Amino acid sequence: MSRQPSPPRPPAPAAPLGLSLHLPLSRRQALRLSLFSTAGLLVSPRHLFGAAAPAPAAASAAAGPAVRKAKSIIQIFLWGGMSHNDTWDPKPDAGYDYNGPMKTFLPTNVPGITLSEWFPRLAKQADKFALIRSMTHRNNGHETAAYLMQTAHAPGGRLAYPSVGAVFAYLRSEDYQGLIPPYVVLTQPQGRFSEEGFLGPRFKPFATGGDPNASRFEVEGVVARGISDDRQKNRRDLLEQLNTLGRAAAANPLMAASEEAKQNAYGLILGEGRAVFDLGREKPELRDLYGRHTFGQDCLAARRLVEAGVPYIVINYPGGWDTHKDHFQTMNRQCPQLDQGLAALLQDLHQRGLLDSTLVWCSGEFGRTPKIDWQPPWNGGRNHYGNVFTVLVAGGGFKGGQVVGASTAKAEEVQDRPVYPADLLGSIYHLGGLDPNAKLPHPMGLDAFVLPSAAEGVKSAGLLTEIM
Amino acid sequence: MKTAFALAFVLLAWPAAAAEAQPGPSIYEAPPPPAPDNPIDQQVRERLSTLGIPPTLCSDAVFIRRVSLDLLGKLPTAAEARAFITDPDTANKRRRLIDRWLQREEFADYWAMKWGDLLRIKAEFPVNLWPNAAQAYHRWVRAALARNQPYDQFARELLTASGSNFRVGPVNFYRALPNRTPEGIAAGAALIFMGTRTDAWPESQLAGLAACFSQVGYKPTREWKEEIVFWDPLKDIPEATNGLAVLPPPPRSNAPPRTAVFPDGTRAPLSAERDPREVFADWLTAPGNPWFARNIANRVWAWLLGRGLIHEPDDLRPDNPPSNPALLAYLEKELVASHYDLKHLFRIILNSQTYQSSSLPRGDVALAEANQGCYVLRRLEAEVLIDAINQITGTSDLYTSAIPEPFTYIPSDQPAVALADGSITSPFLALFGRSARATGMENERINKMLPPQWLHLLNSSHIQRKLEQGPGLRALGAPPRQPRVIATNLYLAILSRFPSPDELKVLENYIRSARLKSEPRREHLVDIAWALINSPEFIYRH
Repeated sequence: MSRQPSPPRPPAPAAPLGLSLHLPLSRRQALRLSLFSTAGLLVSPRHLFGAAAPAPAAASAAAGPAVRKAKSIIQIFLWGGMSHNDTWDPKPDAGYDYNGPMKTFLPTNVPGITLSEWFPRLAKQADKFALIRSMTHRNNGHETAAYLMQTAHAPGGRLAYPSVGAVFAYLRSEDYQGLIPPYVVLTQPQGRFSEEGFLGPRFKPFATGGDPNASRFEVEGVVARGISDDRQKNRRDLLEQLNTLGRAAAANPLMAASEEAKQNAYGLILGEGRAVFDLGREKPELRDLYGRHTFGQDCLAARRLVEAGVPYIVINYPGGWDTHKDHFQTMNRQCPQLDQGLAALLQDLHQRGLLDSTLVWCSGEFGRTPKIDWQPPWNGGRNHYGNVFTVLVAGGGFKGGQVVGASTAKAEEVQDRPVYPADLLGSIYHLGGLDPNAKLPHPMGLDAFVLPSAAEGVKSAGLLTEIM
Repeated sequence: MKTAFALAFVLLAWPAAAAEAQPGPSIYEAPPPPAPDNPIDQQVRERLSTLGIPPTLCSDAVFIRRVSLDLLGKLPTAAEARAFITDPDTANKRRRLIDRWLQREEFADYWAMKWGDLLRIKAEFPVNLWPNAAQAYHRWVRAALARNQPYDQFARELLTASGSNFRVGPVNFYRALPNRTPEGIAAGAALIFMGTRTDAWPESQLAGLAACFSQVGYKPTREWKEEIVFWDPLKDIPEATNGLAVLPPPPRSNAPPRTAVFPDGTRAPLSAERDPREVFADWLTAPGNPWFARNIANRVWAWLLGRGLIHEPDDLRPDNPPSNPALLAYLEKELVASHYDLKHLFRIILNSQTYQSSSLPRGDVALAEANQGCYVLRRLEAEVLIDAINQITGTSDLYTSAIPEPFTYIPSDQPAVALADGSITSPFLALFGRSARATGMENERINKMLPPQWLHLLNSSHIQRKLEQGPGLRALGAPPRQPRVIATNLYLAILSRFPSPDELKVLENYIRSARLKSEPRREHLVDIAWALINSPEFIYRH
C-alpha cells in the first residue's frame, strides 16, 4: 500500500477507485486534474480510498460537506442500450461497416464537438451539456449492466442495492415533503431489476403509467380513466358517509394516521398535486417545441415535476433502444424525437433559470457494437456493448460544452480517461448534496453504503471533477 | 358458554327480519358478557377491572369476519356470513364455526404463508434458496400445518433434518439464513424457536449455542442448484465453519470446546456419536425449557389478537416481561399438556371472550391494547387484501417471479396467500408491504396505509378495472333487483354484515341523486362497492 501519494494525484495503488496512475493524460487534463483532485479525493467515499490515505487537513476543512447544487435530477434512461457511434460519439472516418448509411455529421455550437445527423436541435444546445465519451463497465447483460449503471455496485453480490433514485428518495425523505412521491418514473417501470433494493417498498419509484401525449395524462392512482371530477367527489362523499367503523374508531391513532394519508392522496387526486401532471396548462407552442410524442411530453412533464420540487425523476425511454434488428429504421424514427425532447428540455430549463439546479443525465445501460452486424438474422443490427459508450450530462453543477474522455478511432474501446459507473454516480451524488459514504439501512443490519467499497472489485478513475 | 350468556345472544339475534337491518350501535358489538368461565378470560378480566377497562364482546358479524381472516386469511363469502349471522343457535355457533374453520384447507395455506415469512421461504434475495428448494420447503411446512403436526416435532424436524434441498424440505432451514456460520445459524434458530434476538447477547452466550451448529455441512451435487445439508462429524468444533469461510481460532481457549452451553447455563457434552443439532433440539423441546413453549404461545396470541403478551413477539428477554404473566403461563401449560397441539391452543384462545372482545375499547386505546382489553385493529396483509378484493369482484391477479422458474406454473386463479415462494410476486404485493422474507422478524411486514397505498386503492386502474369488469360484482347487481337487495348483497360480500338502516338510507339517496344521469345502475354498483372497499372496515381487521 502506498501511504505517501505524491500530490496532486490521489493514492491510486492503495485504492482501486482512485485515479489510475497509468492513464495517458493530456497536458490539459493533467492540469484540470491537479486543480480538482483534492476536491475529488474528499468527496470520494472513505471506504474507497481507505483510512490509510491521508487527506490534507486544510483541504478537508475547505471542501466540507458536499453542497447541493442539483435540487432535482432527471434521468433519461435509454434502456436497451443506445448506439453511441450513431449518436453522440460519431466517427466520420470509420467507414461503411461502422457508420452504415450515416453520411452527415453535424458541428455544434461548441467548436470541436460533433454529433450525428439525427441531432440538429441538440447541436444548438451543446453549450449546455457535457458528453462523457469514455463511459465503460465492460458488461453486456441488460440486467447486470442496468444494475451497474444505477447502483454502481457489482451485480451478483449478496445484497440487492437500491438504485440512485431510491437512494435520493431515502436520503432526502427528511427535507422533501411534497404531495408527489419523491421518486417518479415517467411512465412505465423498467423492471430490469428491483429499483428499491433492500430499502423496501417505500422507496419504490412511483410509475405514472398513462401517456402525457394523450389528451388526458392518466397518471396511475391520480387521474382515473372515465371518472369525472364530479363522480370522484360524489364517491368521496359516499365513502365518508359510509365510514361507520372509521367514525366509531376515531379515537384510535391508527385510524387518524390512515385518515391523514388518505387526505394526502386526495391532495393528488382532486387537489394541487395532480395539476403538476396537467400538461394542458402549458402553452401549445411550448408543447410543440418539446414535440407531440410521448418522449417529448415526458420531458415536459419532468420539467413540471422539477418545478414542484420532486427530487428524482426518471424517464424510461418509450420503446427502448435494444436494436439488434431494424437498427437504422429504429434510429431514424427515435433519434429525432430524442433530439427534440431533450433539446427542448435543456433550452426550457435554461430559460427558466432551472438548469443550474437541475441535473439531467441521459444514458443507456451500455452502448451498441460499433461494427455493424450485417449477417442474418441481424441484417444490419448492433448488439450489446459495454466496453465504451457515451453519457450525456447537463446542469446541476455540470459544465456545458465539454467532452470527457474519448473512445478509440472506431469507438471500440476507451482511448482516454475511463469513466466507471462509480465515478458517474459518485459525481451525481456529490452534486446532489448527498454523502456517498452514507450508510444505508439494511434490513439485516449489514454494512451497506451508497457507493461500493473497494472490496467489491468495482473500478474507479475518480469523480468527474473536470466538468464540475 | 353459560346459559345467561347464550340468552343474551338469542334476544339480540332472534327476530330474523330484524337481522336484515340491524340497529346501529350493535353492528360491531354484542352486549357485554357475564362473568367468564375459562382461565384466559378470568386472568384478563382481573387485570382489566383493576385498570378500569370494561369488557366488551364483538357481534356475530364481526366474529365471522374476524375468525375467517385470522384462521384462513380470507373473507367469509356473503352466504357464509348470512348463514352465520342468522343462525339461531347462539349458544354454540361461534364454537362450531371455530371447529369447522380449523379443518379447512385454507388454514394450512394461510399459516404456511405466515411461517414462510419467519422461515424466509424465498427463491432469491437476499438468500439464494433457489426456486425448487423454496417450493419443497413450503410444501413441507404446509403439509405439517395441515396435519397439525405437534409443534415440538415440527421444530425438531426443522432443526435436525439432513438431505437434499430439493427433496427434504426442512433442510432448507439451514440454507435460508443470511449467515451460515455456526453463530449465524444459532442466531437464526434462537430468533425462530426462542423468540429472542441474539444481538444483545454476550458473545460467549452465542458461542456456547453455536457449538451445536458447528458441524452443519453443505455440499453441492451434480444437479444444478441442488445442495445437501448434513451432519459433518469431521468438522472441528468450532474452528472451521461451513467450508466457505474459516474463522480464526477462539481467542480465550486453545482447546475447542466439546461442550455446548445453552443460554440458560445448562451444559451439554457433544460427542462424536451424535449430531450436535439433536443435542440442541433435545434441550429446546424438553419440558421446562424457558423459551420454547413460551415463545410459540406468545406468538400465537400475537398472531390472533394483534399484540403479544410479550411485545414484540420475537423479543423475549428478561427486561421485557409479559403484560400478563399468569395468562402466558397458562397458555404454555395448555400447550405442553396437549403435546404441543397448536390447534388446541388456537381453539382455546379463539373461544375466549378476550379474543372475541370488540376492537373499539372504551377509554385509552393504547392501554387497552397493551392489556388484552380489546382486539387490535390492523390492516390486512397484502396477500389477504388482494385475495379479498379478487373474491368480491371475481377477478384474479398475475403473479410472476424475476427468477427463472421453468418448473413453476402459477395458475391464473392462484390466491396470493397460497404463493409458496416470496420471489413470486406482483406490483400490488410489493406496494402493500408484503414481507421481504429477509430477516425472519415479525415486523418485516409493512401493513401501513400511506398515500401510495391509498392512491392505489382509491383510484388505480388495477382496482377500478376489477370493480367495473369483475364478474363477481356484476352478478350481485344483476337486475331486476331492488336497491335494498343489492345493497345488502354488497354489504354481506364486502363487509360480511347487513347494512344498518342509516347506511341503507345513504345508499338509496346516492342512487336517487345519481339517477339524473343516463346509465345509472352499473355506475352506482361500482361506486358503492368502491366506497365499501375503501372503508377502514374493509381494509382493517377489526
